[in-house]
Amino acid sequence: MATDTQLDLWEVFIQSKSGQPYIHSGSVHASDVKMAMQNARDIYTRRGEGTSIWVVPSIYISASDPDDSDMLFDPSKDKIYRHPTFYVMPEGAKNI
Amino acid sequence: MHNEHSDAHFQSRIDSGEHIEAKDYMPEGYRKHLIRQMSQHAHSEVIGMQPEGNWITRAPSLRAKQILLAKIQDEGGHGLYLYSAVETLGVSRAELIEQLQSGKAKYSSIFNYPALNWADIGAIGWLVDGAAIVNQVSLQRTSYGPYSRAMVRICKEESFHQRQGYEIMTTMMRGTKDQKAMAQDAMNRWWWPALMMFGPHDSDSPRSSDAVKWKIKRETNDELRQKFIDKTIPQAELIGLTIPDKNFKLDEKTGHYTLSPINWDEFHRVIAGHGPCNKQRLEHHIKYHEQGAWVREAAEAYKIKHSKKELQTV
Repeated sequence: MATDTQLDLWEVFIQSKSGQPYIHSGSVHASDVKMAMQNARDIYTRRGEGTSIWVVPSIYISASDPDDSDMLFDPSKDKIYRHPTFYVMPEGAKNI
Repeated sequence: MHNEHSDAHFQSRIDSGEHIEAKDYMPEGYRKHLIRQMSQHAHSEVIGMQPEGNWITRAPSLRAKQILLAKIQDEGGHGLYLYSAVETLGVSRAELIEQLQSGKAKYSSIFNYPALNWADIGAIGWLVDGAAIVNQVSLQRTSYGPYSRAMVRICKEESFHQRQGYEIMTTMMRGTKDQKAMAQDAMNRWWWPALMMFGPHDSDSPRSSDAVKWKIKRETNDELRQKFIDKTIPQAELIGLTIPDKNFKLDEKTGHYTLSPINWDEFHRVIAGHGPCNKQRLEHHIKYHEQGAWVREAAEAYKIKHSKKELQTV
């Protein structure tokens, strides 16, 4: 007798409108890519939420640890010169 | 009903304003055009780090140095966004780099000019990044999804690049007689090459019609160049810089500036490899690419060792 499993976990990314980025919507269980696609369609796009779906096996997603977020993102906080508002433009300068 | 995998169906998707994604059907010509244009764009970002990198150690203040570092770091990042986007079309990073280093793929010919002094850093940010931004704003609406999304991100980040260049020019134009002369000299040297960045006139641009039909390009070379000219001339005049062209004038009827003819012989000469720095730019790229080989080899060796260990523990 085959082992009864809940199948593999897949992550679902949906593009809401043509050209837009694919955004994570949630997960599904499936035994292969075809079933994952079908399940993603049934579970996450019942109200026409998307124009396109990506499914990726969850084991291939690596995530950063939230406890590391200070270490990862702090160094960018004191670099205000990366923002255009840091620069004073001469009076009357346009389109810049 | 259209066949999903026909060129006619593809064109009807383009015509109705849809974007194309990596796994969608696309004609071979579309794929080829994108690989050529996007890789050229990526190479330009990376080679473009060289003329400015030359000035990091000689920036006139810590503030200027931090800003220049941040800007050059952005260019490197933008090259990586674009390489990744090209790779969705089925070409590898190794192939792309090989094409650059063998001269098969081009990069923007503007980076074959040297940055001779600090005023050049101002002129590059204001004029070269300014021209690039006009082109990139238009490309945000390009039909290939991954390219379009890379452009949206790049435009957002680049908004400071042009301002820092204009700030340098403004500061110098408020300075001593010598500083003003330096700024004007940089303007004189960068103005025409910046206009050439948009490529040949539409009448001499063999691939333009396909690119416009496929909505890879949303505006033609001449339309984009005119936009740049119209917004840049008032910026030059505001800070007292002279346009190095005796014949430029504002056409009151159209609201557009007209200029003397561009010296296309120079453009073609530089593209063909005879600009002041072509040889130096590629040699530099090849040298550091080769010097970095051991890092890539070590990373691969580590990966193999690691995956063997994982297999043993399973």
